[in-house]
Amino acid sequence: MSGDTILNVAPIEIAQSRERRPVTAARETVFDIRNLSVSYGKTPAVKDVSFEIYRNMVTAIIGPSGCGKSTFIRTLNRMNDLVPSAKVEGDVLYHGQDLYASRVDPVQVRRKIGMVFQRPNPFPKSIFDNVAWGLRVLGMKDNLKDRVQHALEQAALWDDVRHRLKKSALGLSGGQQQRLCIARALAVEPEVLLMDEPASSLDPIATSRIEDLMHTLKRDYTIVIVTHNMQQAARVADLTAFFSLDVLPDGARTGLLVEYDATEKIFTQPSDKRTEDYVTGRFG
Amino acid sequence: MSVVPTEFPAGRRFGDRIGDRVLYGLTAAAGLGAVALIIGIAYKVFDGSSLAFSKFGFGFIVDEVWNPVKNQFGALDLIWGTAVTSFIAILFAAPLAIGIALYLTELAPRVLRDAIGALVEMLAAIPSVILGLWGILVLGPFMQHDLEPFLKSFLGWLPIFSGDTNANGGKGILTASIILTIMAVPIIASVARELFASVPADLKDGARALGATRWEVVRGVVLHATRPGLAAAVILGLGRALGEAIAVTQVIGSVTQIPNSLFGTGDTLASRIAAQYQGYGSNLQASSLFYLAAILLVFSLVVNFGAQLIVRRFEFQNTGGS
Repeated sequence: MSGDTILNVAPIEIAQSRERRPVTAARETVFDIRNLSVSYGKTPAVKDVSFEIYRNMVTAIIGPSGCGKSTFIRTLNRMNDLVPSAKVEGDVLYHGQDLYASRVDPVQVRRKIGMVFQRPNPFPKSIFDNVAWGLRVLGMKDNLKDRVQHALEQAALWDDVRHRLKKSALGLSGGQQQRLCIARALAVEPEVLLMDEPASSLDPIATSRIEDLMHTLKRDYTIVIVTHNMQQAARVADLTAFFSLDVLPDGARTGLLVEYDATEKIFTQPSDKRTEDYVTGRFG
Repeated sequence: MSVVPTEFPAGRRFGDRIGDRVLYGLTAAAGLGAVALIIGIAYKVFDGSSLAFSKFGFGFIVDEVWNPVKNQFGALDLIWGTAVTSFIAILFAAPLAIGIALYLTELAPRVLRDAIGALVEMLAAIPSVILGLWGILVLGPFMQHDLEPFLKSFLGWLPIFSGDTNANGGKGILTASIILTIMAVPIIASVARELFASVPADLKDGARALGATRWEVVRGVVLHATRPGLAAAVILGLGRALGEAIAVTQVIGSVTQIPNSLFGTGDTLASRIAAQYQGYGSNLQASSLFYLAAILLVFSLVVNFGAQLIVRRFEFQNTGGS
């Protein structure tokens, strides 16, 4: 076993003290992804991915640049629909229902499956209106103030902003803006929160606050996070999926799922050589 | 260790300096030239109007008479004509142009975008005298025989649509307003298009990820984020409408009156100046035309200044302030 080598080369700390869900316990499947392939025009992006994402767990997607992590996560709430050339094959079953069935309205999908993006993208409105906007649009206008406060509390931002709710959201720091975006997503009461490299533009302190938040949020939500930061995956995720690049016979490069397992296993005893090389820092 | 003195090749530096100086000189001259031009024009306009001003004072602005034979001049009818035609033009042009821009940036299939966009911008390239000719030959008869009777039969109970539709061969306030609309649309549309295209995809994604529909994204994010720019674009279009002379002269009827309906003839400040400057009969008439020009200049400056205020206020709201 190569466990020793791994520890010698790149000791990635797995936070044992954190509450980590026993992945073997009974778990409820939220997403059942079957033979999913995505391509842009003739360029394949992700090929033949199959795995399940479980409820109230943090699932991390890691892998090198260009392996289709972002493309993959954007298929989970049909954000790729807006790219005219994107083509999705295979099934994404959400509680057993095919998200790409013809009668499914992508707008309704996104209501249930919220998303936080790589760069904080608050609206150029007040802090309050940022959170309230989605609520107003979706007609959840009863107890608007309470809902906004609750969402801000969930995102651990309430104490920072309670006295300046009317001020522009653009005056907040990057980390606060990202938490505001999380609050905005949570306010409309989704079941799943997709996070596409949510901390990649933040400083270490802001990053650690977002990570802390994920540990709290998974009690109520199912979280899928794409990250290029292995330590981050090790710190927050219960389960980790490692994507890598594959060269097809015709020379095109495409992303594929190499290994999916409990985070601890991925980082200490990966069963695939490519995973081992990646998590130990030996690429290729 | 000995320090080797750094040497700079002198010729190269000298050459650069010449380039710098020439660049500075030319650009500064261009900038100052523009300022001098504005001041010079404003001075000439106000200076030229001094004779009329000393004769009529501010009463000129509220006087309805324009009678070269009796040497009686007043600007009220023309101010009214300018305000009404520009207002109607903007009323039509703003929603139309914003609609076009939204369609082209958010909704149209990629193939159509560039084609339609280019065509809309070509509208702006049509010389106004050609548009005026089209106004006389095509739009005028259409107004006279189709649109005006139609409006009258449905909305005739409104005083503005109650006039005689056959009196002026389709010339009049409404026809001029439509010509001005056609002129303002491409200006507003092309600015609005740039604005909409500049809304970060991030923001739209953020709204879509909350389960917003296309319309909700447009209303809540695209239009919201571009409000100040849109206001400025509309005012740019308004400036075009206020100042247009030739095409208006061709279709408005050039009569000094405040008509009792939009079907009636009238005139605007710019149109009157263009129509009469060649053949003025007295120094007082020429000076009165300068007076009209001064009023138009003040109008335009106020409108532009107002636009800048709006833009600043919104910018402040959008970037951190309170």
